[in-house]
Amino acid sequence: MDLCESVFKYEERAVYELRSLYRRYGYLPYKMSKFEEYDLYVRNKDFLISDNIITFTDTDGKLMALKPDVTLSIIKNTGDTAGGVHKVCYDENVYRITKGAGGFRELMQVGLECIGDIDSYGIYEVLMLAAESLSRISEEYVLDISHLGILSEIIDASGVSESTKGELLKKIGEKNMHEIDALCNAEGCDPSAIKKLVSLYGAPSEVLPEIKGMLTGDSGDEFNEFESILMLLCKNGYKDNIRIDFSVVNDMNYYNGVVFKGFVRGIASGVLSGGQYDKLMQKMGRSACAIGFAVYMDMLERFNTGADEYDVDAMLLYDDGCDINALSDAVKLFSAGGKSVMVQKVIPDKIKYKQLLKINERGVEILENNE
Amino acid sequence: MNNPDNMLNIALPKGRLGEKVLAMFEKAGFECPAIHETGRKLIFENPEKGVRYFWVKPSDVSIYVERGAADIGVAGKDILLEYRPDVYELLDLGIGVCRMAVAAKKDFRDDTARTLRVATKFSNITKNYYASMGREIDIIHLNGSIEIAPILGLSDVIVDIVETGTTLKENNLEVVETVVPISARLIANKSSFKFKNSIIEAVSAGIAQQLARTEENK
Repeated sequence: MDLCESVFKYEERAVYELRSLYRRYGYLPYKMSKFEEYDLYVRNKDFLISDNIITFTDTDGKLMALKPDVTLSIIKNTGDTAGGVHKVCYDENVYRITKGAGGFRELMQVGLECIGDIDSYGIYEVLMLAAESLSRISEEYVLDISHLGILSEIIDASGVSESTKGELLKKIGEKNMHEIDALCNAEGCDPSAIKKLVSLYGAPSEVLPEIKGMLTGDSGDEFNEFESILMLLCKNGYKDNIRIDFSVVNDMNYYNGVVFKGFVRGIASGVLSGGQYDKLMQKMGRSACAIGFAVYMDMLERFNTGADEYDVDAMLLYDDGCDINALSDAVKLFSAGGKSVMVQKVIPDKIKYKQLLKINERGVEILENNE
Repeated sequence: MNNPDNMLNIALPKGRLGEKVLAMFEKAGFECPAIHETGRKLIFENPEKGVRYFWVKPSDVSIYVERGAADIGVAGKDILLEYRPDVYELLDLGIGVCRMAVAAKKDFRDDTARTLRVATKFSNITKNYYASMGREIDIIHLNGSIEIAPILGLSDVIVDIVETGTTLKENNLEVVETVVPISARLIANKSSFKFKNSIIEAVSAGIAQQLARTEENK
């Protein structure tokens, strides 16, 4: 295939790069239908980022939905294999309401899911691929990693009631120390351990020893696994880009264990989000474990905007009396050299070109050079 | 620090509250002499300290911060509750203290058998507040002069910010119940927090120190 680089928009190129990255680690492409039975989403509404869904009635009277999410469909359609792991990757459009759009939008999402017998290596591999994905988008990236098992041990130890937990998690997500204080004090609980955990932010080598000192209960095994995975990531060259941050929280009804969020410099919100979701699997009647993440490609749209300064490489002007044989030869010459050329009689408004050329009896003359 | 990308962009709320906030930032060691010169400039820099300040409408601060045009800023809790921006809320600055309250005419009797008509600028806060009590309401969204609504019979009650209560009193209204206490908060963009972490932590710590000191002197 003959493709010139400039035809790719930044986010389109990123899609191909990520897809080939996942393929290299044995993740098989997963293609799904745009539609899914609405029922699937109703049962797991809280798992979705936004619970507004586009629905329609199929010819057989079934209520269908334009999929707002990919993970649920993948879980539904992959069977269990004893001891094995399904590794799939996807690039799919999803349909949901986003802040500021004032309605539904079609959003491109690229990601991967691992379903099956997930062990330390499985978690490591997914985290490593998340970090790699971010590095393909920008050199300046940060992968924030948290562990819900450790967080929930600290929350449980504080004695906060079940009904306050949801509100408390929200405050933890905002790093909102003063309101964590207020919530705990209202119930007569001690907020200091929660506040300390949430205020820890930094490289694993700095933060892990501090967490270790805080744990007394039964999350010891989870901590050891978490530690060994993070140290392996550090050893393999990601130490400057991964940060422990317990303010990364996902709904504890669906997620457990490791959860993470990725950021790149210059994009105001997270571009990657993922985690272990064994609890969602259980809710869907499955015994297997699962972990995965998604990259939100729509966030990349405004990234790297300076790239296309010119609309075309060359603007080629001709007159009425021009020989069309000579014209077509000139155009052929340009495109063979991999350059883009626009043929016009008069220069259209607001088109930026590197070179302005004119064809006449003597051949092609350069009138203007903007490079 | 001279690279504009590395400067810390700070959105300040225009007005009296903003002046107080600026003083806190300056006391924390991030002063900016240019901001005190009279003129029509909107953006002020101190490259030495790596900060860039700008004044915006108080209700817009959270938008600038959420979308990353500002790395940090100061916004009222009322705005944060109403618009729920996805930002970090780092500190309660303990200034601009007031409360979100339900107010009505002095002789108001709540007829719980009827839908309550509520006039407000803060539709989301109002909706959540009454939903938590299971009360059915009819929200009348107004953009200002809320106090006039119950007087003219446009609404039964209002939900609005109450500072001293003087405006209410002068219009023969009174507070029925407090919805939530309000004060100014230091907020930060989630992505900026990662990439400009040391300076954001330094600003936050410098201001937290001042807050601790005023707390001691109380």
